[in-house]
Amino acid sequence: MYGKGLRGLSVATIITLVGAFALVFFYAPNDRDQGFIQKIFYLHVPMAIVALGGFVAGGLLAIQHLRTRDPKWDLRSYVAIHISIILAVGVLVTGSIWAKGSWGHWWLWDEPTLVSFLIVFLLYATYTPMRFAIEDRERQARYASVFAITAGAFVPLNFAAVRMAEAYTHPRVLSTTGGAMPGDMRLTFMVAIVGMILLFITLYRFELATKHARGRLRSLRRQLTGDDAPVPRRTAAPTI
Amino acid sequence: MSVLSALLRKELRLELRTFESVPGMVLFSVTIFVVFHFGLDRASVEGDLAAGILVVTLLFAGMLGLNRLYVADEEQGGFDGFLLAPVDRTWLFVAKATALFAYLVALEIVMVPAFAFLLLGPGLGQALPELLVVLALVNGGFAIIAALVGAIAVRTRARDLLGPLIALPLLVPVVIAGAELLQPLLREGGGGGLEAKWLAILGLYDLVFGLLSVAVFDPLLED
Repeated sequence: MYGKGLRGLSVATIITLVGAFALVFFYAPNDRDQGFIQKIFYLHVPMAIVALGGFVAGGLLAIQHLRTRDPKWDLRSYVAIHISIILAVGVLVTGSIWAKGSWGHWWLWDEPTLVSFLIVFLLYATYTPMRFAIEDRERQARYASVFAITAGAFVPLNFAAVRMAEAYTHPRVLSTTGGAMPGDMRLTFMVAIVGMILLFITLYRFELATKHARGRLRSLRRQLTGDDAPVPRRTAAPTI
Repeated sequence: MSVLSALLRKELRLELRTFESVPGMVLFSVTIFVVFHFGLDRASVEGDLAAGILVVTLLFAGMLGLNRLYVADEEQGGFDGFLLAPVDRTWLFVAKATALFAYLVALEIVMVPAFAFLLLGPGLGQALPELLVVLALVNGGFAIIAALVGAIAVRTRARDLLGPLIALPLLVPVVIAGAELLQPLLREGGGGGLEAKWLAILGLYDLVFGLLSVAVFDPLLED
């Protein structure tokens, strides 16, 4: 049931992403100021937006978990945050490359968006160690949900605080002040962001399906072997 | 309200009898000043450097308080006793945050004069009222985050590690706003008003995380 429709979704994701990169390289014009390096923007920004959206979604799913106490919501929250952390690493790497290419430095501290993203990443980097440090499954799920909600609320507040603290050199992509993209760039960007969202959903669904299959396998094995079943290793991931 | 005062009395009595947190925090803060003196190789500091040192020292000394905050409850059955009582669990959070706020005030009573004596170039005289306002807001934010994160960390296997690791990124906005507000106060002839923008951020932070912590604290105590 969890694998249903995954093939279609995967194909749609691949087509959209390939289409997005085709647009990036063959359709979107080179930026007049920054030249070719600006094209990393079509990878960096969608990844950042999807990662932050995933963090907030993880918080919302965690609220649902605390309300219903159904472990499946904890699993969903975990998977959303887990994939977002991986995307966040990509965001930091591509952002650093872009910064080097267009501003001449690998890292700029007066860059509010970069810095706040790093802070959010450092916070979420403690999510997995925290889960791992709690042995009791049920308590692990509860504590992880509290963490996910707090951190999810922290994301927008942190961006507001850091942005006010620093100068404005980072391009605003979707705001009213800096969002003046020409039409062909905007189209490419929109396709790229749809592709990234689809990629997130596909990975999310795959991960959920895997976790469910593994849980099912474990319970079948337990039924077959009875009490001799090996004790599962301690993990940070929730088990169903 | 009587629940809060009972819990608070218990916290403060425990601290007064054992002296587990505050003396350690005070000593630690003075030691950090010495470390900063040698690390920076400066006889005196002012302005942004002074603001940074003060906020960072407060944060690090506060981490000791965070780590100790729930240890007695976890190890000596305080949680069980509290859960048996027919009271709202949120009060424990409020009491812990208030107690930590009090510890931080006690810490600052020693720490700020020590800072002025050991490191600060310009005098504190005329900027004192503003300084107190900023420190109160910073304390509030710290106490809220520490009371929440402390409750998470104390029941994990790596409690002393996880507490600061989770709390520090969460407290970055407090550091930013606190340092920005303190910076003009710690200059020669400082004082004279605070920037409203940063006060608003600190106040908003305290409010948002105060309400949020009250909302999510309950599930941490169920067992």
